[in-house]
Amino acid sequence: MMVEFYRGVWVVAYRELLRLLQERSRMLSSLAFPLMFLAVFGAGFNRIVGPMAQNVDFIQFMYPGILSMTILMSSMFSGMSIVWDREFGFLKEIMVAPISRTGIVLGKAIGGSITAIVQGSILLILAPLVGISLTVLLVVKFLGIALLLALSLSGFGILVATRMRSQQGFQMVMQLLIFPLIFLSGVFFPVDNVSPWLQVIAKINPLTYGVDAVRQVFLNGNLAASSLTDLANSGIGVTVNGHRMGIVEDVLIILALGTVLLSSAVWSFSRQE
Amino acid sequence: MTKAIDVQRVSKKYAGLTVVDNVSFSVNQGELFGFVGPNGAGKTTTINILCTLTKPTGGVALVNGYDVVKDTSAIRRTIGVVFQETTLDSYLTAEQNLLFHAYAYGVPKDIMQTRMKNLLQLVDLWDRKNAKIQTFSGGMKRRLELVRGLIHHPKVLFLDEPTLGLDPQTRNYIWGYLDRIRREENVTIFMTTHYMEEADTCDRIAVIDNGKIVAIDSPETLKNKLGGDVVFLRTSDQSGALRELSEQWSVGVEVEEDLIKFAVPNGEKFLPTFIRKFKGQILSIGVRRPTLDDVFLNLTGKDIRDEEVDTVAQFKQSLKNRRR
Repeated sequence: MMVEFYRGVWVVAYRELLRLLQERSRMLSSLAFPLMFLAVFGAGFNRIVGPMAQNVDFIQFMYPGILSMTILMSSMFSGMSIVWDREFGFLKEIMVAPISRTGIVLGKAIGGSITAIVQGSILLILAPLVGISLTVLLVVKFLGIALLLALSLSGFGILVATRMRSQQGFQMVMQLLIFPLIFLSGVFFPVDNVSPWLQVIAKINPLTYGVDAVRQVFLNGNLAASSLTDLANSGIGVTVNGHRMGIVEDVLIILALGTVLLSSAVWSFSRQE
Repeated sequence: MTKAIDVQRVSKKYAGLTVVDNVSFSVNQGELFGFVGPNGAGKTTTINILCTLTKPTGGVALVNGYDVVKDTSAIRRTIGVVFQETTLDSYLTAEQNLLFHAYAYGVPKDIMQTRMKNLLQLVDLWDRKNAKIQTFSGGMKRRLELVRGLIHHPKVLFLDEPTLGLDPQTRNYIWGYLDRIRREENVTIFMTTHYMEEADTCDRIAVIDNGKIVAIDSPETLKNKLGGDVVFLRTSDQSGALRELSEQWSVGVEVEEDLIKFAVPNGEKFLPTFIRKFKGQILSIGVRRPTLDDVFLNLTGKDIRDEEVDTVAQFKQSLKNRRR
């Protein structure tokens, strides 16, 4: 029934947001990690590494990567709330209510995505500091891609969470999965310019295209002023089979990934007892 | 009239272990039905099957005429459940927990506000509605969960050990209220318990042991089936007394330490005759109505109170382990 789907989405998302408001400090403290990365890598490597492309220095290259990383980590960890609910019994209250399982999963994904996007948006404040000027169009594009990315990767977190019985277990598994995925997604290096074996892994990793899309949104402005015109042609983009990936293609890949992850999450969540 | 609950040959196996074994029973609308048995007898699994959280591995179960496997959402709309363990969100306030529930069940906002106020006032939690659940005592949480289970006006209410760990005052309070809504709104109540005093108030009870139902009837009938009243006797010569009882009075006896127990119909009338005619020397004698404990002991060979002692012992053990 449609009603039970809508009601499930909104009531579950509503609670996630209530929880989010109550745990503001936790949300802020999880920003410490990306900030540390920016400070350490930015200040530490900027001089040594030198410009990545015309008009793009290392910290400008890395900043959109860190934004993506924040969104990816936050949304993947949002599955934690399902494990929490199971451990503290609230999941039973949700499962016995007349709301659809698909609705519950989407509600959780939306709640987690909003957390992720709020965190990402807070980091936007730093854009002028690293020398990227924000325009309304840029922010709108960023939020759109961020939402898509967050929803897709929440699906991943939920999928893992449906099989986990304890928060510690979930945390362990996620850390084991998240760090390789993120380190091999081009957050810290241009994937076209590394050893072939690393290139292969990075280009199989779907997160690479998410990071690339966000990076294009932020850096195309800087690059337009140079002779390189945009990221896809600058050597710091992603080339697959000789083809330089544009934003639209990146987005299509995330869309496909998100569809697979969210439907697997719904499937797995509905099957559990 | 459709039955509120109709269970036919339902089984549940977990990894080769049969937790609920070919169970059949039905509950009428408006009935207070008790599921009585020791821990691990299959009570909670049965509740989980009936409220669509667990699929049975065999048999058919209907709640309000809907199948627990096929019509899950129709059932979920019409039942209220209070689980054995707390299922509140401890980071939210009492009101937020109730709002979540009301939204999830599609209760219109204005109706919900009045119901929430009435119910919270009734269980004495109205002035705590904006407090977080973290600050609530066990009894307060239980009362709130009961309110939550009722706020969408379910036709069938499932209560899994609803008063476990509550003080007698709160227990009476909750029962007073449940009685009222049952009378006023014809709500069917299905509950599990191992408090015999609670089981005694049920219209009918099912005694369950090792996943099987060993008896279903009203508490009164079950007690009468034991063969009447329980007489307990202590004499100066117990073995002589035992011999006399079986030869002269042909009653089946049971010896509990230095006490001889046997059942007779109409104990009050039996006693004067017995005392007059008994040849041995009586030290003490008494008669009492059989209790559900006797029923339970007779049906399962176990004392349900042993279970409680076990729980206490387990708890002590876990405290000891923690201290280490």
